[in-house]
Amino acid sequence: MPARTVLQQADIQRALTRIAHEILESNRGGSGLILLGIPTRGVLLADRIGAILDGLEPGSGVTGALDVTMYRDDLAHQPTRTPSPTRVPDVGIDGATVVLVDDVLFSGRTIRAALDALNDLGRPRAVRLAVLVDRGHRELPIRADFVGKNLPTASDERINVKLSEIDGEDAVEIAGGDA
Amino acid sequence: MKHLLSVRDLDRDSAITILDLAEDMAQVATRAVPKLPTLRGRTVANLFFEDSTRTRLSFESAAKKLSADVITFSAKGSSVSKGESLKDTTQTIAAMGIDAVVLRHSASGAARVLADSGWIDAPVINAGDGTHEHPTQGLLDAFTIRQGLHGAASRGRDLDGVRVTIVGDILHSRVARSNVWLLTTLGASVHLVAPGTLLPTGVENWPVTVSSDLDAAIADSPDALMMLRIQSERMRDAFFPHDLEYARQWGLHDERFARLSPDTMILHPGPMNRGLEISARAADSPRSMVLKQVTNGVSIRMAVLYLVLSGATTEAPV
Amino acid sequence: MTILIRGARLPDGTTTELVIDHGVVAERGTGLSAAGAMVIDAEGLQALPGLVDLHTHLREPGFEQSETVLTGSRAAAAGGFTAVHAMANTSPVQDTAGVVEQVASLGDHHGYVTVRPVGAVTRGLAGEQLSEIGAMAQSRAGVRVFSDDGKCVHDALLMRRALEYVRSFNGVVAQHAQEPRLTEGAQMNEGVVSAELGLAGWPAVAEEAIIARDVLLAQTTGARLHICHLSTAGSVEVIRWAKSRGIAVTAEVTPHHLLLTDELARSYDARYKVNPPLRRDEDVHALREALADGTIDIVATDHAPHPIESKECAWQEASFGMVGLESALNVVQQSVVDTGQLGWSDIARVLSRTPAEIGRLSGYERPFDVGSPAHLTLYDPAASSIFSVDHLAGKGANSPYLGRELPGRVVATIYGGVPTVLDGSVRSAEEVARG
Repeated sequence: MPARTVLQQADIQRALTRIAHEILESNRGGSGLILLGIPTRGVLLADRIGAILDGLEPGSGVTGALDVTMYRDDLAHQPTRTPSPTRVPDVGIDGATVVLVDDVLFSGRTIRAALDALNDLGRPRAVRLAVLVDRGHRELPIRADFVGKNLPTASDERINVKLSEIDGEDAVEIAGGDA
Repeated sequence: MKHLLSVRDLDRDSAITILDLAEDMAQVATRAVPKLPTLRGRTVANLFFEDSTRTRLSFESAAKKLSADVITFSAKGSSVSKGESLKDTTQTIAAMGIDAVVLRHSASGAARVLADSGWIDAPVINAGDGTHEHPTQGLLDAFTIRQGLHGAASRGRDLDGVRVTIVGDILHSRVARSNVWLLTTLGASVHLVAPGTLLPTGVENWPVTVSSDLDAAIADSPDALMMLRIQSERMRDAFFPHDLEYARQWGLHDERFARLSPDTMILHPGPMNRGLEISARAADSPRSMVLKQVTNGVSIRMAVLYLVLSGATTEAPV
Repeated sequence: MTILIRGARLPDGTTTELVIDHGVVAERGTGLSAAGAMVIDAEGLQALPGLVDLHTHLREPGFEQSETVLTGSRAAAAGGFTAVHAMANTSPVQDTAGVVEQVASLGDHHGYVTVRPVGAVTRGLAGEQLSEIGAMAQSRAGVRVFSDDGKCVHDALLMRRALEYVRSFNGVVAQHAQEPRLTEGAQMNEGVVSAELGLAGWPAVAEEAIIARDVLLAQTTGARLHICHLSTAGSVEVIRWAKSRGIAVTAEVTPHHLLLTDELARSYDARYKVNPPLRRDEDVHALREALADGTIDIVATDHAPHPIESKECAWQEASFGMVGLESALNVVQQSVVDTGQLGWSDIARVLSRTPAEIGRLSGYERPFDVGSPAHLTLYDPAASSIFSVDHLAGKGANSPYLGRELPGRVVATIYGGVPTVLDGSVRSAEEVARG
């Protein structure tokens, strides 16, 4: 069964803009914000949201990358993953509001690993979660604060998030499954 | 990566992957909590059939920083002295439940024999086998040289065009062998300096240049100068006449050190014989990478432990 | 027992029928018949004289966990051999008449092959004083070959004396050429591979220097010298020079040195650890040519069984040696017959007639002639198989050929008119004893 596109470039742009506004609103402004993207596509999304934030409130779009490979609970069941670098602003994360950014929220295990990884980096004032797509099927008590699009899926379906920086186009597709 | 037995099993890309991973591991040391939960619940067995406190502690530290449990077998005062074999010892330790073996052995090829034997299932990391190889030492030296040249911009880089001179007992040195294969795989050019007695037969087939003139090698301003440990028992076996003569001809003494280019890094795998192959002034100088090598050794061993212990533990069905 | 063999091709290329009766070749020709005879259809098979090994380690007495005279005899029969020379490095060492007589009589008792004990050159193989060479020569074992094999008679004076002394008993000194100081701790051939593997090298000169010295001593003394297991191209040159000077030297090569090289050590698999070590490809080719042109006189197995634990360990902790009786003919076929360098009459010479001559063993002068002792082997050169432990008939499993495809198959071995191998299977001790 061929993949069907559920979000196009303009939809993604709108969703990220909305997320940026929601972040500013919930944080009551842009101070003390750090957006940490989870590799690979979460980092790109964090940079995009950061750019929008900077446009809305200059200096508020502080971004970084948080690799969670070494904190995963499935290392023995998956092929070896090569970690990506973790980048954190020089001032550190202590006292900041960290917004974790990822492309798809699924089981919640990646976010669990990210929370552990954050713990080893310092003590943020608060941690929030922004995702482009929430596809359901959570295995842990974790929810997103900012969601671009809720996409109900069957568990055997795949969500492909494509971003122009590495995939040449912006799109979210659903592939596989029986439906 | 199933095992790490020889650097010759690494191509340029996989070697760079390990070095880059070690950069990530080095970063961990700078964090609030310098420890990762990655290998929680895994047990690493340090099997040291030959004594080496430094290498054992380095592997132990690396395993612990990844939250693995470590059990250590040391030949000194153990049943090895009663003639227990590699097979029996490893099977006994494996029966206690282990996930990886770090093997140090005085016999060349011991790690390969263990990995190929089917005696145990666990991955094997060669921590030095006789006069054959010491792969993690080669990796940490490559890492140290790369960092010395490129600093924070090291990631992803090879050693193309880098010139490294290795001095001393090439014949008996597993460090030299691992460095020769790995550094040249990474694109470096390697020059060996040693008395004729301490060069292996057939060295002319190695991808290196060879001479016996340390002064000329120093005048050539290599990027890195690696001084190997010289064991004085070699003197008894007629490899060289006298300690003093060795130090005069092939030691990095003060006068030679003064002539060394300020850009040349000095490496030594340790433990050093100060006053024999290296003077105290050279060893303690800012150009000496000796302590950095030790620090980097932990990062490299973390990277290697991660690579052999992550990944699917069972083969996919065919 | 009477045996009628039909359709066997002799080493000279002719095909004939043979009747074997009372332990000798009774008739030879065509259209033969023999009432009540066991008939062996040898159509397509190569008949060879019973093979004679000048260099076998039977390990008994003293190392029965590795091999015994019985198990080694069975291994020999499986490989087509009807006589073996049992090396002296047993415990106690074969350096007295008592020990050599015991070994010979064990061989006679089991009846698979003639067991000819080799006497030690020096007492206890210690390299210090001559052993009882005369007593061993005049014992019931009739020892003619003397060797400290496993150790080199490195003392030049002792070697000279040994050569002079054995001459009185029509004996020969078989030298294990290995200069001890040059090979201290040596693990494998010194060269490109040893340098990479970090294994202590065994230089060719350590073998060649002893051979050069000993051929000069043989010239001086006029005695017979035999060089065990030649392994280098340089050794071939020395022997060639010595023979051109008329020196009474003979030389042997093992099957493994005709086929295998030091590249195999890269696996660190101790099955490839042997003394002298496997050498370079150039050496292998020089040895094959030397065997073809007669510089090397014979092939001998240096069959050296070891228990499993002696090879299940790191290379430098492992014992030297490999078993070779069961695979000898197959390996020789692959390395020098299939390459066109030797024909089957040459094989009969290098694996039977000449080794018997060197060992002064009678009965192998005119095989297949009516009246000669019926020692013979029927071999199928067209067969081929993956060599496995099922091919091994002795105690040792330390064969370097396990898992390797080898040509040929020993179909039958007949020793003194008694089949020891039939249809490729070694017969039981009871069957052999019944005749």
